[in-house]
Order: sequence, then structure tokens, then C-alpha cells
Amino acid sequence: MATQTAATAVAPAPEAKGTSTRTIALAIVGLLILLAAPFVIYPVFVMKVLCFALFAAAFNLLLGYVGLLSFGHAAFFGGAAYICAYSIKAWNFPPEIAILAGTLFAAALGAVIGYLAIRRQGIYFAMITLALSQMFFFVCLQAPFTGGEDGIQGVPRGKLLGFIDLGDSLAMYYFVAAVFLFGFLAIWRIVNSPFGNILKAIRENEQRAISLGYRVDHYKLGAFVISAALTGLAGAVKAIVFQLASLTDVGWQMSGEVILMTLLGGIGTLVGPVAGAALVVSLENYLATSSFPVPVVIGTIFVACVLMFRRGIVGEINAFLDRKK
Amino acid sequence: MTMIFGYPLPALLSQLLIGLINGSFYAMLSLGLAVIFGMLRVINFAHGAQYMLGAFFAWFLLRYFEVGYWPSLILAPLGVALISVVLEKVFLSRVYKLDHLYGLLLTFGLALIIEGMFRHWYGTSGQPYSIPSVFTGALNLGFMILPIYRGWVIVASLVICLATWLLIEKTQFGAYLRAATENPTLVQSFGVNVPRLLTLTYALGAGLAALAGVLAAPIYQVSPLMGQNIIIVVFAVVVIGGMGSILGAVVTGYMLGLVEGLTKVFYPEASSTVIFVIMVVVLLLRPAGLFGKE
Repeated sequence: MATQTAATAVAPAPEAKGTSTRTIALAIVGLLILLAAPFVIYPVFVMKVLCFALFAAAFNLLLGYVGLLSFGHAAFFGGAAYICAYSIKAWNFPPEIAILAGTLFAAALGAVIGYLAIRRQGIYFAMITLALSQMFFFVCLQAPFTGGEDGIQGVPRGKLLGFIDLGDSLAMYYFVAAVFLFGFLAIWRIVNSPFGNILKAIRENEQRAISLGYRVDHYKLGAFVISAALTGLAGAVKAIVFQLASLTDVGWQMSGEVILMTLLGGIGTLVGPVAGAALVVSLENYLATSSFPVPVVIGTIFVACVLMFRRGIVGEINAFLDRKK
Repeated sequence: MTMIFGYPLPALLSQLLIGLINGSFYAMLSLGLAVIFGMLRVINFAHGAQYMLGAFFAWFLLRYFEVGYWPSLILAPLGVALISVVLEKVFLSRVYKLDHLYGLLLTFGLALIIEGMFRHWYGTSGQPYSIPSVFTGALNLGFMILPIYRGWVIVASLVICLATWLLIEKTQFGAYLRAATENPTLVQSFGVNVPRLLTLTYALGAGLAALAGVLAAPIYQVSPLMGQNIIIVVFAVVVIGGMGSILGAVVTGYMLGLVEGLTKVFYPEASSTVIFVIMVVVLLLRPAGLFGKE
């Protein structure tokens, strides 16, 4: 093969068999940070990071483990946010049901877009997902229930399961942290399952996977729907945290942003997208107060990542640790 | 008044005209994308930014140097082509050996940078660029009124598309190009400087986008957003047509412009999504695209 595939070019070190002490130590440290964060950092900021981290991790399931670059994930993120926000505001859904509705919607949308997009490969796949999500953007722009340019504002946070008041920012935080943890562990489980191994086989050599008798399209579509659903979960939760669903969440810039988070953190690594999301969100928060144009900075990081470190931050660290062994 | 399907003829024709104008831009832009993709195997996400740069180039020349429309028609594409040579040499040439997706991501980054800078300097509102005096006014064709400039754009775009097609199919340069697309190593061993050919191709594609930008300047306003508004539609056009053939890209471009114009008459709500809907149908029936080979 003359060209490397996206994911093998950034080939993540094969993950250590079993759970090494390093992984366990990292998991404990991560969990402690997750629990302690709202007492140190402004909780809304951490919640934003967690929503985007789940978004990026779900996106990475597709790019990093199946080798499919979707340029349309904003449709799932923003679509779920709209459904969640609307069902709370118009139908008084409790938050957990509204989030479920948003997630299911994203999964259904993922099934439709995925079914169409997997008919082509490589760059065409990226262009098709981009075009379809742009179509969804126009639908959202025109549909009466999305509130057009204003979006759906002032969504009440409500009471989780009827008794946990999400208006309290600490309760909201731990709920978001739990959702994030659920999503992250789900992805971890999928990646390390037989299903995940077949996905990686497709990434490495699709023709060979076909010749081994795997119905590649079914696996691709399955991964696409799971990725879309988890993306929707992140979007729905974000709508409750910020009490807002707007066109920003469905625009192509959002799709670009999640690609950047994943690329910066490390494609095909589990922790990479989380680190990337934390970095990008912090950077945007910092830039928001300055007059410096955000797209220029984001574009520059894109170019730097593609040219200089395609493995991303976590990928580079992994590679460094492996060399030391 | 003549009616067709219950719609007044002049309204129908004027929407068809607008469709044809849009189609001219889709054709020129997807042509450039196809030329670049054919040779470099890179989807040039910066194509919209280069189109925008072309329009701004013309606007700068008029505003600060009082250079009019006609010189701009040559100077702007040259300027953008020069910038693109630098972009290709410094950035793009490093990703040819990698997966094609990296080319897409790289040019996406470049587009963000270029468009972000112009947006920072000029905001989102457009700058007006007046129609050159030769083309002011309108022709009465009897059955409809044709603004002369719009007629000129259609003629110019047809000439540009034809010229590009001739350049690639009938000239020595085009022969090298097509040969290098098939087998770059072999062509290089014959003594053709393939890396330079790649640079020239990229510059050619970018120049075409800039030329479209100059033509667009008097019709749409010169705005930092003009490129990103059109590029995703052009991507859909490219998926529909398939990037295999240059002629295919051009024909699909005009056709979809017309379809979009017609949709504005019959069902205006769908006019912004109709091209995407057609893309879906084409993907279901003929995944390789109308003119694609697979």
C-alpha cells in the first residue's frame, strides 16, 4: 500500500495486555481529579470540558478505531441538544427522559447519515458527512421548533429522577461527571471487545477484513450509530448544563472543532480526545476575553498538528514511554 | 402573461437565470477542485478561501490602487496563484505521502486561518464592488430582461471551463499532467519535473477559484464568508458528479445550479437543501457519482 491510513500513520502503541499498574494508577488519579475538580475550578467550565471530552471520545471511536473521518458530527451533537431542550421546554420532560430522547434521536440520525456515507470511502466519506450535516443545519435553521437564530433558550434544568435538583451546580456537576464516566467506560469496553477488534481490523486493512468474511458495512454502520448516540448524549447533557440549544452546536465549525480536539489529543488513543477537549476548551475560554480571532488560532493548531505531530499529545507521550522500555 | 405550470414565465426565467449564474460558480469551483484532486489527490478545503481571496484581491486593487475590473480579472488569479504556490511548497507538499485525509485537514486549517483573518479585519458584512461600466444596464430579450453583467458571467464561465478542458485534454502540459496522474514515478523518470507539475496544478486550481471570485464580486458582495458559504455545496456537487472527469464536474455544476433555481420557483423552502437531497438520491442509486468510474 502506497499510502498509510489515517490511523496507522499515528499508530497507537498496541495497548498493554491486561491492565498494567500504570493504567490503574492513571485511572485512580483521573477519578480523583474528576471528583475534586468542581472545588478547584469553576464547575460550569469543567462541565463544558466533560461534555466536549465525551463528544471527542465518541468521535474518536470512529476516526481512531475504524479509520472513518466524519466531518458531520455536529449534526448529532446539536440535533440531540435541540431535541433535549425542546422536549423539556415544550413537553415538560424530566431531564433523564429528555436526554434519552436526544440520544435516541442522534442514534437514528446516525443510522440514516451513516447508511448513506459508508457507501463511499476515504475523502468522499468525509465530504458526504459534511454535506449531510450541512443539510441538517439548514433544516434546523428553517424548522419552526428550533427557534431559528435565537435557538432554544432558558431551558429549565429540572429535577433528575424527580428528586435531585440540577439547578444546584454541584449536583449538576456530579451528574455530568457520571454521564461522562459512563460514556468513557462504554467506549473503553467497546474498543477492547471482539467487536472493537474487528473495527480495528477494518481500519488496518478493509479488503482483508472482507476476505475473512466480515460484513464490513454492518460493522462500520454499527460503529457509526454508537458514535452518533454517544455524541448525542454529550450534546443533550450540554443543552441542560447551558440551558441552551443553538445553531452553533449544529454548524460545520463544531464538526471541525471536535476533529481538532481528537487530532490534538491523539487519534486512536483513549485519553487523547479528553486531553484535547480540555486544551481546546481552555484555549477558547482564554481567547474569548482577548480580541484575537479564534478561527485563526484553531487553524494554526490544525496545520501544526498535521505537519508536526500527527500522533497528538497523548500519542507522542505513549511513543516516548514505549521507546524508553 | 404566459404561464407555465401555473407560474408566470418571466418569474420562472429569472429564477432559471439566477440558477444558471450560481451554476456557473459551482462549475468553475468544482472544476478547480477536480483538477487539484486529479493530480494531488488532495481535497482542497481552502478552495472557498481562495475564491474569497480572489474577490478581495479585486476589491483591494480597486479601492487602494484604482485598478479596475479588467486588469483584476488577470491580476487577482495570478496573485492568488502565487500565494497558493507558497502554500503548496511550504505545507501541502509535506502531506502527499500520508493518507489523503491529512490533506483535507491541512487545507481545512489553512481555510480557517485565511477566512479568520479576513473576518477579523472586515467583519461579516460585505463590501460592495460595482459592476464595470461596460456591463451596466440590461438587455431586453423580449421574453425576459437580462442584466448584461449576468450574461457576461455565464459566457465567461463557459469560456473558462472550455479553456481549462482544452488545456488539460489537448496541450503538452495537459498530457504531462494526465500522465503524471496515472503514474508519477514513470513520468518523473522521463525527465519531467513532477513536483513542479504538482505545484503548478495547485496554482492553476487556486487561480480558477480566484477568477470565479472576481467574477462573483459584482454580483454577490465581497465578504469574508462568501467562500465558506459556497464550498460545502460545491463538495456536494463534486460527490454528485464524481471527480473522475473534468467535463463531468462542469456539467454537474451547471445542472445543479439550474435545479436549485427551479426549486426556488416551485418550492422555495427547499432551495437551500435540494442539492443535498440530490446527493442522497445519487448515493443511493449510483454511489460512484454520475460521471464517476468505480
